[in-house]
Amino acid sequence: MNILIMGCGRVGARLASLLDEDGHKVTILDNDTYSFRRLQPSFGGTALFGNGTDEDSLKKAGIEDADVFVALTQGDNRNVMACQIAKHVFKVERVVSRIYDPLREEMYNALGLETISPTKIFAQLLREQIEGKE
Amino acid sequence: MYIIIVGGGRLGYYLMKALLKEGHEVLVLEKDARICKTITDELGSVCFRGDGCEAATLAEVGTGRADMMVAVTGDDEDNLVACQVAKHKHNVPRTIARIRNPRNAVLFKKLGVDVTVNTTDLIIEVIEHEVPTHPVTQLLTLDEKGLIIVDVRISPESSSVGKTVKDLSLPKESKLALIIPNEGNAHVPVAHTVLQAGDQIIAITPSENKEELEAALGGM
Repeated sequence: MNILIMGCGRVGARLASLLDEDGHKVTILDNDTYSFRRLQPSFGGTALFGNGTDEDSLKKAGIEDADVFVALTQGDNRNVMACQIAKHVFKVERVVSRIYDPLREEMYNALGLETISPTKIFAQLLREQIEGKE
Repeated sequence: MYIIIVGGGRLGYYLMKALLKEGHEVLVLEKDARICKTITDELGSVCFRGDGCEAATLAEVGTGRADMMVAVTGDDEDNLVACQVAKHKHNVPRTIARIRNPRNAVLFKKLGVDVTVNTTDLIIEVIEHEVPTHPVTQLLTLDEKGLIIVDVRISPESSSVGKTVKDLSLPKESKLALIIPNEGNAHVPVAHTVLQAGDQIIAITPSENKEELEAALGGM
């Protein structure tokens, strides 16, 4: 699959490497090239400087051929905007957005984005860990 | 009307003052505690500290009964999300977003924002109007109909000087609405009105015909 990731933070860089290892064609986009230091030396995909909420940058990053778009910047709003561009302008089949705010996550999920709220999941995990060890 | 403004910066602040003056119930949502305090100290309890993109904050300020939401923060994506949350979670009938990147206008419409105000283009238009050689200024955009109202200045070198209105090959659907001559009163042009150097013409045209209209009036 052609996978385009926006945001080369810890999660973005790690996900890029994992998908690359699985044999996918991965492009990762960040508006700060310094972030690319997080990519593993073995990463065989493309790291590209650019803004994921800008249609030109997305085109340059090959969004027109992408099967999956993943938004992983620190900003919930930036993520949902980029995902909506990917979905509604470029018709990318699958778009996945990280949204920290659980309420916003529910809403955008209802609006048709694939969403993940790390806040919800992590709180849940912690609860299980704490209660499970009693 | 109950109007919620997201963003208490300069734009939000002056917009609130204008709307309060018109007698509306206005509330500004602002994340920054200091800005909130400044506004509250001056104008009373018209500012609520919180994130206007958060559904919970919007619920707290009674967004469900708001008639309008205007998002005027400096970030396009924040304005988009505030409008979308207002629309989809709280059924606000009219949402207006300020945008800085002109290219977001089409996208925001597509994503359900009712009105976008493109501050970048607005400022450019105003400045261009002050450049003496600039022949055409866009005054107003009627988005729903795809029409624009423009102000065209006829320079002495213009090929349309001395021509009558009916001799101009105006593009389809373009109409001259008003001529403001250098001297004398403004008048509504008719077919045999002759254009003079120094005339200022107010015209309406489909936005895609702007350049053709400019050419027909001998600009450039």
